Amino acid sequence: MTSALELRHVSKVYGSGPTEVHALRDVDLSVERGELVAIMGPSGSGKSTLLTIAGSLEETTEGQVLVGGIDLASVSRAEQAKMRRRSIGYVFQDFNLLPGLTALENVTLPLELDGIPSKGAREVGLEALAELDVAERADRFPDELSGGERQRVAIARAVVGDRGLLLADEPTGALDSVNGEAVMRLLRAATKGGVAGVVVTHEAQLASWADRVVFLRDGHVVDQTVAPPGPESLLAAADRR
Amino acid sequence: MSVPHALLALLSEGPKYGLRLQSEFEARTGEVWPLNVGQVYTTLQRLERDGLVETSDGEGERSRKRYRITSAGDRELAEWLRTPPDLVPPPRDELVIKVLVALQVPGTDVHEILQVHRRHVIEVMQRYTQVKAAAGEKDVALALVADAELFRLEAIVRWLDAADVRLKQRQRIAPPVTAEVPLEPTQTMEVSQ
Repeated sequence: MTSALELRHVSKVYGSGPTEVHALRDVDLSVERGELVAIMGPSGSGKSTLLTIAGSLEETTEGQVLVGGIDLASVSRAEQAKMRRRSIGYVFQDFNLLPGLTALENVTLPLELDGIPSKGAREVGLEALAELDVAERADRFPDELSGGERQRVAIARAVVGDRGLLLADEPTGALDSVNGEAVMRLLRAATKGGVAGVVVTHEAQLASWADRVVFLRDGHVVDQTVAPPGPESLLAAADRR
Repeated sequence: MSVPHALLALLSEGPKYGLRLQSEFEARTGEVWPLNVGQVYTTLQRLERDGLVETSDGEGERSRKRYRITSAGDRELAEWLRTPPDLVPPPRDELVIKVLVALQVPGTDVHEILQVHRRHVIEVMQRYTQVKAAAGEKDVALALVADAELFRLEAIVRWLDAADVRLKQRQRIAPPVTAEVPLEPTQTMEVSQ
């Protein structure tokens, strides 16, 4: 089966000579549809670089990135842009909603850019907003929405249409832990619906919503969790106490 | 977890039978703390002896007794709710000791040791989060129980992260003494003290 995202021996170097910075070194990673993977690591470990490279927002120095089995280096820039619009959804820390557009327009923008007629885009967009429980706020502008609502709209925009890959950089932003958890529930639900999700975070509680946690350090993947054995094991542990 | 006080709390809502106390205790702690019926009755016996609960149905089989909280029980419960838990750190935190020891063992990469523990703690966190995810957002009792464990575990991860940064900074300032410098017997004596 083709992975939704595959990084093969990816390295990324910024600058050259004495100012050279190795942001990623020989990173291998594959993420399947239906799987939510968290990337954890200290500041400067390469987390955000990994995400921008996976989302084709940056090029690798070495190695290959395959999205849905397609090698990003093998397609034209125009094709890459199309893939970014159609196959990849992004959720950013500061939401990045366009202030001059309503919640619904923010969600439908990538669809319309992709040539989908606005009536059809509107229907699909409303559906995505409804799934995230913010359909009744569709005609509000970002500054009329609460932090939690803005984040829901941002997620709706990232999953709208037929996206196979969802990339999120510290997606709970400045939300408190309970609202942050709600965001992780939504991301998890989106991946259970068949999308591959990659979340970059430095917070262990948020990472623990993922099926798999990958640890980055100095640009290397140094470790990852094994599939959790299931909640029953906690009860067994409590029994032994 | 104080089982006696949890039972007093359940009885503060009104008189109850032992079996009902058991099932309510488990339900309200998100079923993370299983409690067997024997434990319930021994605890109730002790509470009765101390005058904190009384039975309304006199003698007979324990399962037929209905328990009620006394006014002394009410006072005890109110006081316990306001008594701060023991926050004094344990004198020997096993993980802290392991990391300190790792610093002394030649050829040991302390960052690798930190990572082993970080992964383990996060795997346990994943299991608690699974419990929360499976229960949905409406089960508040379970969410509170899981949150308490998750915040405690998260604190350990944050300590591990801080240790990582501190040790890295220390290495930059003063490279560690390597095995190239043989330890004198007198020095090992100092370590063992």
